[in-house]
Amino acid sequence: MIRFLLRRTVSTVLVLLAMSAVIYVVFFAAPHDPAVLVCGKGCDGARLAVVRHKLGTDLPVWEQYWQFLHGLVAGRSFDSGTDLTRCAAPCLGYSFQTDQPVLQMVTQRIPVDLSLTVGAMVIWLVLGVGTGLLSALRRGRLAERALTALTLAGMSTPVFLIGLMLVMLFCAYLQWMPFPSFVPFTDDPGQWAANLVLPWLSLALIMSAAYARMTRSSLLETLAEDHIRTNRAYGLSERRIVFGHALRGALVPVVTMLAIDVGQILGGAMLTESVFGFDGLGRLLVNSVNQIDLPVVVGVTLFAGFFIVIANAVADVLYALADPRVSVA
Amino acid sequence: MSETPTVAQRPDGSEPGSEGPDAPVPGREPSGPRPDRNQVWRRLRADRAAVAALVVVVLLVLMAVAAPLICALEGQNATTFHNNLIDSATGGVPIGPFGGASGDHWLGVEPGTGRDVLARLVDGAQVSLSVSLGATVVQIALGVLVGLAAGLGTRTVDTVLSRAMDLVIAFPSLVFAVALMAVVPGGFPRPLLLMLVIGILGWGQTARIVRGQVLSLRGLDYVAAARLTGARRHRVARREILPALAGPVITYGVLQLPANVTQEAGLSFLGVGVRPPTPSWGQMLASATDWFQADPSYVLLPAALLFVTVLAFTVLGESVRTALDPRAKSRLRAGIERRRKRPEEAQA
Repeated sequence: MIRFLLRRTVSTVLVLLAMSAVIYVVFFAAPHDPAVLVCGKGCDGARLAVVRHKLGTDLPVWEQYWQFLHGLVAGRSFDSGTDLTRCAAPCLGYSFQTDQPVLQMVTQRIPVDLSLTVGAMVIWLVLGVGTGLLSALRRGRLAERALTALTLAGMSTPVFLIGLMLVMLFCAYLQWMPFPSFVPFTDDPGQWAANLVLPWLSLALIMSAAYARMTRSSLLETLAEDHIRTNRAYGLSERRIVFGHALRGALVPVVTMLAIDVGQILGGAMLTESVFGFDGLGRLLVNSVNQIDLPVVVGVTLFAGFFIVIANAVADVLYALADPRVSVA
Repeated sequence: MSETPTVAQRPDGSEPGSEGPDAPVPGREPSGPRPDRNQVWRRLRADRAAVAALVVVVLLVLMAVAAPLICALEGQNATTFHNNLIDSATGGVPIGPFGGASGDHWLGVEPGTGRDVLARLVDGAQVSLSVSLGATVVQIALGVLVGLAAGLGTRTVDTVLSRAMDLVIAFPSLVFAVALMAVVPGGFPRPLLLMLVIGILGWGQTARIVRGQVLSLRGLDYVAAARLTGARRHRVARREILPALAGPVITYGVLQLPANVTQEAGLSFLGVGVRPPTPSWGQMLASATDWFQADPSYVLLPAALLFVTVLAFTVLGESVRTALDPRAKSRLRAGIERRRKRPEEAQA
């Protein structure tokens, strides 16, 4: 187990390093000069050079990257020409556009994505696993065919499409609720949930389709295994066979999928956030990419990658815990 | 009673070794485990959902190909502004019901600009279909190349390439797509760029599948026989392995297509896809968010088209998968038998 965790940590660090390096290279190759964007209109050569020096974009790409890594591990100082700013250890730098510390910008946005993920996850698990169970146990009947068609439709709908339709129906047409805007949980839990219902639903409806399919096929596969046949031979009731024996094994791949999906959404649900105008990590990334705000892009991507890699590791551990045939070592 | 045969890796489920002796005869078609085309066609034709999906796909492709023709027939184009058709007092809502639909503008005009909606929809179909098709081709080409190399290469090659696959699969691809789309110079043709970006970020899964197939094919008698006759490695890859990969690769490709349609629409929705004035469904949907109440038809038209496109491709992909799956038939039969058996069990 310890060896496994160690190896996971090393590979996590390597993946994150590779990702940040790719971003540095990609943005260095970009034809846009962030200094021009920061400096604004009517900026002359001398001031542009000052701005470039302040942003650090006058250095070669590998040196910028090295300074970034150094800041991440040991902190770094920024010299704006007139004064020195010290940025402590996990330093992701300062936004080119707003001069805010990137770490703060990112951590401010995390509650939005966390709220989105948690609520949506509950709904899609109930919907998806329930549907999958039902369609597996009602094989070949009308209910199963209807469920299969519904899940196909769910898988085919882009998340922003369903979000748009929900907003259009409930906010613009029926006017049952105002257009959603994010309210922090700590401010008002009731408003928090009310405003999140539509985003949760749109995310969950899409995701549940995949979970229904996975649950169904996995359960059918488990029910065909020998140990279930043995249970049948013992004369156990179908209910005890399904819920007492088959389900545990059948849900292993579902749990794995869950861990990975949660990791993905935590790192920014760009499309959902955009539809509903929530300022989460995803929108932060889109905006900063458009403004060539390199430190913010790197910061958000690192966080997104971090969530995903951690989720993958969690999935592996869960897999091993749930299925005794798999060993982590 | 496991339904999974031990030769499950074989694309057509034929008996191992049955083709062994006569496989490498020169001048003949390599009789590797290639899916029987007639059988696949028959299965697809018998599947009503598949036929319906195929009809829809053909219609969509026709619409995209005939886009200039449709525009000419209507006498409109996708980029001309019609300020006389929108109400400037309300900020640009089209005049008349159904988004200003009329004999000149069959599906109305765009709010705010008065551009013809039908022309923009059919031009958008061109973008959507060509980008997703191109991206799928890129994904398959890269996936097959890398998968073949990993499956047939030395251990080191395999390890390195497998790690690369893991990395590409784990990458937050939408995040990177957004970043890449934003930094490439504006002069580069956007549809081509979309195609490449979606393709380059999405080959991991194909490569993984191909590698798995290659590893299981490599151990089969007919491939070993080909090698024993002195065939070189790339010849084995081309003549013996590659044809056997067609089934799984086609299946995965058809299933990948709707995902790519969604990806393109998503990127355009976020504003990093094709640049205006080139129309795209995602972009239309993004701009439609301001017109929910005033002009619902402008939201519903691209939404419906996008949904139908993705659904048709998904259904088609699922049907192709079932038709090519050697286990599908036996599974179906097993299901029927199990259902038939139930009453007897009850009696007993």
